[in-house]
Formats: sequence, structure tokens, C-alpha cells
Amino acid sequence: MRRMSGFNLVSLTLGLAFLYLPMLILVIYSFNASKLVTVWAGFSTKWYGELLRNEAFLDAALVTLRVAVISSTIATVLGTMAAFMLVRLGRFAGRTLFSGMIYAPLVMPDVITGLSLLLLFIGLSVDRGIFTIVLAHTTFCMCYVSVVVSSRLGSFDISLEEAARDLGCSSWQAFRLVTLPIIAPAVISGWLLAFTLSLDDLVISSFAAGPSSTTLPMKIFSAVRLGVSPEINALSTIMIGIVAFGVVIFSIMSKRATVRQQQEERDAFHS
Amino acid sequence: MRRLTLIALPYLWLLALFLVPFLIVVKISLSDVALARPPYFPQFDLSAGWSGIRDFFSELDFENFVFLTTDDLYWRAYLSSLRIAFLSTVFTLAIGFPMAYAMASASREWRPTLMMLVILPFWTSFLIRVYSWMGILSNNGLLNSFLLWLGVIDQPLQIMNTEIAVYIGIVYTYLPFMILPVYSTLEKLDGSLLEAAEDLGCTRTSAFWRVTVPLSKPGIIAGCFLVFIPALGEFVIPSLLGGSQTLMIGKVLWEEFFNNRDWPVASAVAVVLLAILIIPIILFQRNEQKQREADQ
Repeated sequence: MRRMSGFNLVSLTLGLAFLYLPMLILVIYSFNASKLVTVWAGFSTKWYGELLRNEAFLDAALVTLRVAVISSTIATVLGTMAAFMLVRLGRFAGRTLFSGMIYAPLVMPDVITGLSLLLLFIGLSVDRGIFTIVLAHTTFCMCYVSVVVSSRLGSFDISLEEAARDLGCSSWQAFRLVTLPIIAPAVISGWLLAFTLSLDDLVISSFAAGPSSTTLPMKIFSAVRLGVSPEINALSTIMIGIVAFGVVIFSIMSKRATVRQQQEERDAFHS
Repeated sequence: MRRLTLIALPYLWLLALFLVPFLIVVKISLSDVALARPPYFPQFDLSAGWSGIRDFFSELDFENFVFLTTDDLYWRAYLSSLRIAFLSTVFTLAIGFPMAYAMASASREWRPTLMMLVILPFWTSFLIRVYSWMGILSNNGLLNSFLLWLGVIDQPLQIMNTEIAVYIGIVYTYLPFMILPVYSTLEKLDGSLLEAAEDLGCTRTSAFWRVTVPLSKPGIIAGCFLVFIPALGEFVIPSLLGGSQTLMIGKVLWEEFFNNRDWPVASAVAVVLLAILIIPIILFQRNEQKQREADQ
């Protein structure tokens, strides 16, 4: 193995420090007793207590979670269907338009997507609320899901599915028993991506939300705009903690899955 | 039949919630402001029949676009968005390339961990990552107190609410988008090519510039677009870190819509922004296409 040169080591260390230091500072200062960022007035968890007593934040968190679960689930179903259309169906009328509509939202600035959806909702006089946020999130999330799933489908060996059909499966059975298990990792990571994107979205939600529905990013944004507030530090630390925990669990699970798979392959080879 | 439902559902969804809304934006950008609800004119009136449709189209005009060219606020906003997006892309490349290079030269067992460390911030909230800089950059923030303590400066630097803070914010939040594509091309790079270059008399530096950089071009291009395109329409970073002085078009659109309630002008701003973005977006897709073909 090549040894890391000094320059590489330095640039990597500095780069990772740049990525992680701001978040680390946030975590440390969430335990600061003082309201000021620069003054360390001793260890305290009072901002966590204050956060948990703040019902507006809790409500917003619930709205955000609900929206993210619903919209990433619908987006996964629609996005997987869209991936099948793009990879399997070959030419059909309006294919170019469809692939354009799948890729465009990925690069469209949020302000434009949000503005256009809001104008649609107003034009149809739909009452804005959780429902419209879900519609908006599903739309952009399904595009990400379809990109993730179609790359997996592209490398999928279609003869496996044909074999299942030859052995008497209906096309639905072939899909459920053969195709779906093989593309499952892509579908799951598509869902996870959609879920994080939905949790994270501020701009599109702000346009799509009505006066009565507020998501957590909207709440954070309006609190932060007024200045740095220690409650947000506590909230951020909780969110960073959840992500770190989730990622660790996920990577342990996927490592185990790889080991198990290798084991099975070895066993199959030896028997 | 099943094929038809497979096509119809995602297709209709995107038509109804992506294409139609966008056409509405285009339509409203051609309308006039009215002091009513909705605050624009003309309305689409199907009940008036053919003459209603004709009247509707005769009322549409490019007045809002003309307005955008007359008020220099918009000019300055578009130009400074382009400048900020361009320079941030350059800075992101300058920081991201060495990192990607170091990752690709790390030993095989370290690579997944390093990759994870680069992706991890992407999973944490974008808003929180931007916010984390507010406490660092503000006048009585950590950076200034640190520099004062060191004695490098004797007055706090004004970084917060300037363009510099916006550059820091964009580079920070979009860095993974640059590192990952560059890393994926560098990782595929065949080491024997570099050895061949050295055998043929290249020094390590010239082999780097004449072999490594040209071969990693697809990744560099992809990374640059992935930073430049979203940075151009950025709203959150300039409004949290840039203060009132930094002009960026995403922020102008937001304010035009929510504060001035001028929907037709906001729509026109959106249409022009998209027109500016179409060229890089097409170039980006060409580049992706080319890379896909090269991979096969």
C-alpha cells in the first residue's frame, strides 16, 4: 500500500477539521450555561430543558416527521415506477418529456419550485397545510428516488426475471420474488434519501405551507434569523446525535450483511 | 393495461405538480400586478369562450421583463449571484480537490471510512450547518475572540453579514458535492499510467498536471456544476450569513414575493433565473451522458 504523503495528510486533516469543527463547536456550546456564544459559564443542560418545554418546536418536529414519512413513502413508490419506465419501457410517446421532468427538479432552484407550486395551489384554491407540503415534497423526492433506483435497475440482469416467468411466475410474482429483493437496497437508500431531503427542506415548505402548518426547519429559520439562540444549539445537537446514531447503526448493519453474504458465497462454493 | 397504469401515475403526477405549475409561473410573469386577490391580471376566464381566451392572450405582455432591465437592483442581483456562485465553485474546487486526491491515495481499508466522513455532513441538516457558522463568524463570535486573544487583530473583523461569510457558507455546505465526483474519477485512475509517465521522464509534479488532472476532468466538471448550479439560486445561505448587503437573486425573488407581494415580478425573476441556468444544466447533462458512455 502506498504511504500517505505529508501534503495529503495535511490537506485531509485540515479539510475534515473544516467539515466537523463548526458542528463540534455547536455541540459543545449547547451545554453552555451562558446565553452568549463566547462566554463559557459552565456546563449546563438547561437549554435542553427549555427546548423540551417549548411546545411550538415539538409540534413543528411532529409535523416534519409526519410529512417526511408520508412523502418519502409515496415518493419511493412513484420514483420506483418512474425508474422502471425509464429503464425498461424503451421508447414511448412523451419519453423525452418524462425524463426531462424527472431530472429538472434535481437542478431547479428551490425558490422556483416553491414559487410555482404555491401559485398552483392558489390557482386551484387548495387550502395550504400539511397536505400541500406532502404534495410538494413527494414531487421533488420522487425524482431523487428514481435516479437512485434506475441506476440499480440498469445493472439488473433481466434474464433472472425472464427465468422466473418461464418457471411459471406471473409478472407480479416475478417482480415481487425476484426483482424487488434485488433492487431492495436501492429502494431503501432511495427512501432514506427522500426522508432526509424532506426533513431538511426549508424553502419549498415555506412556499407550500399554510399559516397553520410549520415545519421544524421553518421554525429554526425564523428563530435563527433573530440571532443566535442557545435553544437552537440544543436542538441541533439532538439532530446531529440522531443522524450520527442512525449512520453508525446503518453501517454496522451493512457491514454485517456484506460479511454474511461473503460467508454464504463461500459456503455455496464449498458445498 | 398494467403498462398504462405504470406510465400514467408518475407521468400525471409530474405533469400536474411540476410542469403545469411552472407554466403558471411563466403565465403570471406575463401578467400585470393588480390590487386584488389574486394580485395579478388577467385571469383565465373559460366561461367567456373563445373571445375570452383571445382577450386573455392580448393582455399578456413582457412588461415585467422590461421592468427587470430598467431597475438596476435586478441586474446587480443576477451579476452578483453569478460572481458568488462562480468564485465559491473555484474555492470549493481548491479545497475539495486535494481532499479527494488524498482520499484516493489513502490505503484501501481507510477509503470507506474517509468516504463516510465526507458524506456524513450531507445527512445532517443543511440549515444547521449554515447556522453553525453564525456563532463563529459574528463580531463577538469565536473566530474574532480567538484572533483577538492571539493578538493578530485589535478590533473584531466584520465577517458576518458580508459576502465573505456567504462564500464560507457555500464552500462549507457544498464541499461534499465537489469531493465525491472528483474522488470517484481519481479512484478509478490507473496507477500504472503515472509510473509510465515517470518512466518517460516526467517529474511527479508534471505527471500530476499532465496525467492525473486531465484524466480527472469529468469528475472536476461534474463537481463544479454540482456546486455552481445550486449556489446560483441559493436562498438560505445569503439570508442567514450575508445580511442585507449581499444581493443574491434567490433572496430577491423571495422578498419580491413575500414582502412586496409583487407576484408577476417575482415570476419574471424566476423565469430569467431559469433561463440563465439552462446553459449550465444542459452542459452538465451532456457531461454526465459522456461519462456514462465512457463507463460502459
